[in-house]
Amino acid sequence: MINIKNVSKNFTLHNQNSVEIPVMENANLTVKPGECVGLTGASGAGKSTLMRMVYGNYLTQAGRIMVGDLDIVTALPRQILELRRETLGYVSQFLRVVPRVPTLDVVSEPMLAVGVSRDAAHERARELLTKLRIPERLWQLSPLTFSGGEQQRVNIARGFAHEYPAMLLDEPTASLDVANRETVLSLIEDAKARGAAIIGIFHDEAARARVCDREIDVSTYTPKVV
Amino acid sequence: MTPLLKVENVSKYYGNRLGCRDVSFELYPGEVLGIVGESGSGKSTLLNCLAGHLEPDTGEVVFDTRANGPKDTVTMSEPERRMLSRTDWAFVHQNPRDGLRMSVSAGGNVGERLMAVGARHYGNIRSTAIDWLDKVEINEDRTDDRPSEFSGGMQQRLQIARNLVTGPRLIFMDEPTGGLDVSVQARLLDLLRGLVRELGLSAIVVTHDLAVVRLLADRLMVMKDGHVIETGLTDQVLDDPQHGYTQLLVSSVLQV
Repeated sequence: MINIKNVSKNFTLHNQNSVEIPVMENANLTVKPGECVGLTGASGAGKSTLMRMVYGNYLTQAGRIMVGDLDIVTALPRQILELRRETLGYVSQFLRVVPRVPTLDVVSEPMLAVGVSRDAAHERARELLTKLRIPERLWQLSPLTFSGGEQQRVNIARGFAHEYPAMLLDEPTASLDVANRETVLSLIEDAKARGAAIIGIFHDEAARARVCDREIDVSTYTPKVV
Repeated sequence: MTPLLKVENVSKYYGNRLGCRDVSFELYPGEVLGIVGESGSGKSTLLNCLAGHLEPDTGEVVFDTRANGPKDTVTMSEPERRMLSRTDWAFVHQNPRDGLRMSVSAGGNVGERLMAVGARHYGNIRSTAIDWLDKVEINEDRTDDRPSEFSGGMQQRLQIARNLVTGPRLIFMDEPTGGLDVSVQARLLDLLRGLVRELGLSAIVVTHDLAVVRLLADRLMVMKDGHVIETGLTDQVLDDPQHGYTQLLVSSVLQV
């Protein structure tokens, strides 16, 4: 489902004497449907960078990143948008939403975008929010007023609202208590069971051991600084 | 799929001064394109060329019309272009005073667009107008008030209702949230996003506010000195900018 081949990336900082910082060299990775691959490596090794490259959030200088039939590296913006709407989900560590929009609508949005009816979308949003222990009295409020852990869980609810065939999870269990961590892990297991291909970053080793079928150490792709 | 709007090598000079040069892009149905750049970068000039308010010196602006398919709006006749701007196009000005009749009631402002495309039944016009005022969260009991009695945020929402009532397919926006309180701005952004999704509108939004384009636009075009220097997915351009100027622009945003 996801196939990363000989991928390289560098950042050029034009306003700082055009310094070139190579961050990724010849990365390779394949994820099959129903499989979860964990990215490991020290902080700064490029785990999130690789994930963002797969999502099309960062440009890739060389190589090929296939998600389904689409090569992200050469795809047109509107092809990537369609892919993100239908096929590829991404749960980041940060919640980014229009201020003052109720939580229920924030969670429903990805489903409305693929044409699910408003009632059905709200129904599923309620189910997810309940599962993730967001108290019902908060549903009509904007998540921007919530605590860090609550925002994180709203973000997860939003990320799992539509059943994407491929998913990228950037520390979905960070800063969660035991019960919520358990819920998130079971959501991931459900997604795998329905055939989703998942790339995840987990700092929590027990969580990684439980949901990941394989691990890839990203630091092997970090260019050696001379 | 046919692009809704296909822009090719549009240039505009003011005498010897450059407005914008060699701009080309395609916009597909349902897409929102953001254009950012500092003041004087040519973004408003470009928008006015696209919307038929200015005549570009060179280039084509091909719009996929309902009746006759793709047609170059630069060379089409004035009546044809005026018909487009009353039906398939909408233009939301930065200053609502430029897009509203300030001495005509709110309902009349919305109704006028309907009459311009042939609506004559007073009852229908009024009920449609009230329906749209409700969509942009203006209370029915303000229908007969003049926009001069409205707050800036309400005027802007009224302008949006007036523009969208005829069911346009392409909406041009020039700093739609400029000069509004942040609280009003948030509500307007949510409103615009909802309308774009529900009605399948395409939009071109000119702004200098990077936070606004991040929330509103799918794609982004960065302009400097009349040239387009970078284009791409909005989040990609903002998170991994390639051009020196874009990097400067993104790194200059104040964090709240």
